[in-house]
Amino acid sequence: MADKPIFWVNGNKLPWQEGLVVSDALKLMNYTFKMLVVKMNGELIKRENWQITFIPENADLKVIHLISGG
Amino acid sequence: MISREEYFSKRDPSAFPIWQKATIGIAGAGGLGSNIAISLARAGIGTLIIADYDIVTAENINRQQYTLAQIGKRKVDAIAENICTFNPFIELVLHPVKVTPANFCDIFEGADLLLEALDEAEQKEMLISCWAKYYPDRHIIIASGIAGYGKNETIHTEHYGLLHIVGDLTSELQAGICPIATRVAVVANLQANLALELLAQHKGI
Repeated sequence: MADKPIFWVNGNKLPWQEGLVVSDALKLMNYTFKMLVVKMNGELIKRENWQITFIPENADLKVIHLISGG
Repeated sequence: MISREEYFSKRDPSAFPIWQKATIGIAGAGGLGSNIAISLARAGIGTLIIADYDIVTAENINRQQYTLAQIGKRKVDAIAENICTFNPFIELVLHPVKVTPANFCDIFEGADLLLEALDEAEQKEMLISCWAKYYPDRHIIIASGIAGYGKNETIHTEHYGLLHIVGDLTSELQAGICPIATRVAVVANLQANLALELLAQHKGI
């Protein structure tokens, strides 16, 4: 039997299914911070595309929390 | 007047010539940016592009590299004044403006890599987004999580391809309380230190 399909968010393994978009992954991880930067397989995903960018199987997502202060 | 040869003596023979040829962009000249600019100028970066629309105020003095006599001056002018007291050979390109998507390329076109030293998270996001759009093959070094004091163990660097993040990635500013000199300077210098490393590895230019 084949392994169940997965994808990764910040090193956490999550179950993958057809039709998942980037914003689903943020909800699954309970990321509620306002300012986030999302990279999928090394590519920056713009905020306006989070709801329309599909997550491929085995994708590696990095979600970075941006905090004010400079 | 000191000669160029005397001033730049005992420098790293392989890295220093690369740094001399390099141009680094610094977005912001506050707590992070003023410390970054001073360290990079001392290290021998050839050209710094510095953008900040703000003026020096009394509440900046607790952590930013300005003097009481500079209160009221534009930060880009004040930092240039201070750098020139110890490095007369650096080229400084000053932009006393707020960085926006509209003026982004006019300001940073010549930069081999960009250091983010802005205040607000929204601005940091804008900068990352513009840099990735216009210069997808160049490195950018962001700061995130600099508030408070102590907690040395939590400050670190994360690498996501050409995007690098320095800070503890968790400490939020508390309302009405400025960042503190020590932690801001640590993060700023980690950003600057990484920039030098990337350049020396020929990853910046």
